[in-house]
Amino acid sequence: MKQLWKLFLAFARVGVMTFGGGYAMIPILEREIVDRHGWATEEELMDYYAVGQCTPGVIAVNTATFIGYKVAGTVGGVVATLGMIFPSLVIITLIAGILTNFADVPAVKSAFAGIRVCVCVLIFNAVLKLWKKAVVDKITLVLFLGVFLLSVFFDISPIVFVVFCAAAGIVLTRMGVKGK
Amino acid sequence: MILLRLFYEFFKAGLFAVGGGMATLPFLYDISTRTGWYTHEKLADMIAVSESTPGPIGVNMATYVGFETAGIPGAVVATLGLVTPSIMIIILIARALKAFRENPYVEAGFYGLRPCSVGLIAAACFLVVKIALFRTDAYAASGRLIDLFNFKAIALAAVLLVCTRCVKKLKGLHPIVFILASAVVGVVFCF
Repeated sequence: MKQLWKLFLAFARVGVMTFGGGYAMIPILEREIVDRHGWATEEELMDYYAVGQCTPGVIAVNTATFIGYKVAGTVGGVVATLGMIFPSLVIITLIAGILTNFADVPAVKSAFAGIRVCVCVLIFNAVLKLWKKAVVDKITLVLFLGVFLLSVFFDISPIVFVVFCAAAGIVLTRMGVKGK
Repeated sequence: MILLRLFYEFFKAGLFAVGGGMATLPFLYDISTRTGWYTHEKLADMIAVSESTPGPIGVNMATYVGFETAGIPGAVVATLGLVTPSIMIIILIARALKAFRENPYVEAGFYGLRPCSVGLIAAACFLVVKIALFRTDAYAASGRLIDLFNFKAIALAAVLLVCTRCVKKLKGLHPIVFILASAVVGVVFCF
C-alpha cells in the first residue's frame, strides 16, 4: 500500500514538472525513477521510453504504466498512470473553469486570436521535427502525402488511415520494396 | 449518456493515436466534426492552454475537451478513456518487452505508421491555419479575395516562424514564451 502511494506521488510530481511532455520529460523521470527511488535503471528507462513512443497513446502515460507495472504489477501500472494524469486533471479543470467565465471579454478574445496564430506555428514545427524521422524514402513520402491530402479534403476517420498504413508498412516490407 | 460516449470516443483516440500527444490532435478534430461538442476554433484555444500548462499535452487536451463537453465528470471520464488502452496494451507488452522490440512485424508496421501520423498532424495543422490566418467567412460574404487573408495574423505567423526556427537565441525557448508573446500581440493589435 505504501509502495503504491509512493508510485502515485512520484508520477504526480513528474506530471507537475513536465511541460508539454515528450523529451522534456526524460531528465525529470530520471531524477524521480532512477536516482530517487531506484525503480529502474537508466537503460531500462530508455527502453520503456522507446517502446512507449511506438505504442498507441500518450508517451508519458505509456512510460508511467511500464514503470508502475515493474514495481508493483498491474495495480502498480494503473496507480502510476493515475498519478501521472492527476495534476493535469486538477490544473486544466481549474483553468478551463476560469477561462469559460472570461471567454466573452473582448481582450481575452483578442489574446486567443493571437495565441491561435502561435499554435499554427508550434504544430507546424512539430510536423517538421517528426517528418525527419518518418519520411525516409519515396514510399513513406507517398503515404504522408496520401494521408495528408485525403484527410484535408475528405471526412475520413483517422483510424482508417492508421490501420491502412500499418498494414501497408508490413506488406511493403514483406515484398522487399522498403527503402526505395 | 454523454459520459459513456466521451469515454468511447477518447478510448478510440487512445487506441489509435500513435506517436505521442500531438497524434491525438487529428482525433480531437474528428470528434469535433462528428459530434459538434466544441468548435474547431475552441479546439485551437484548448491546444494553446494544454501546451502552456504542466502535464503531457495529450492528457491535458483530453481533460480540457472533456470539461468543455460535460464539466468535471466529463474531464475525468475523457482522460480515463484516453489512458485505458495505454494501460492495457503496455501491461500486455511489459510481459514480453524484448520480443516486442525485436519483432519484425512491429518494425514494419511502424515504417508505415510514422508517415501516417505526420500526415494526420499536418492535416490538423492545416485546419488551425485555416481558422487563424484566413477569414473564409468574410471572403464568402464579400467575394473579394483580399478579404480572405487575415494580414495581421499572417505577419505574426511569419515573425514567429522566423523566431522559432532561425533565431539561435530564441529557438530553444519553451513554447509558453511564444504563446504568451502572441497573446500580448493579439491584445495590443486587436486581433
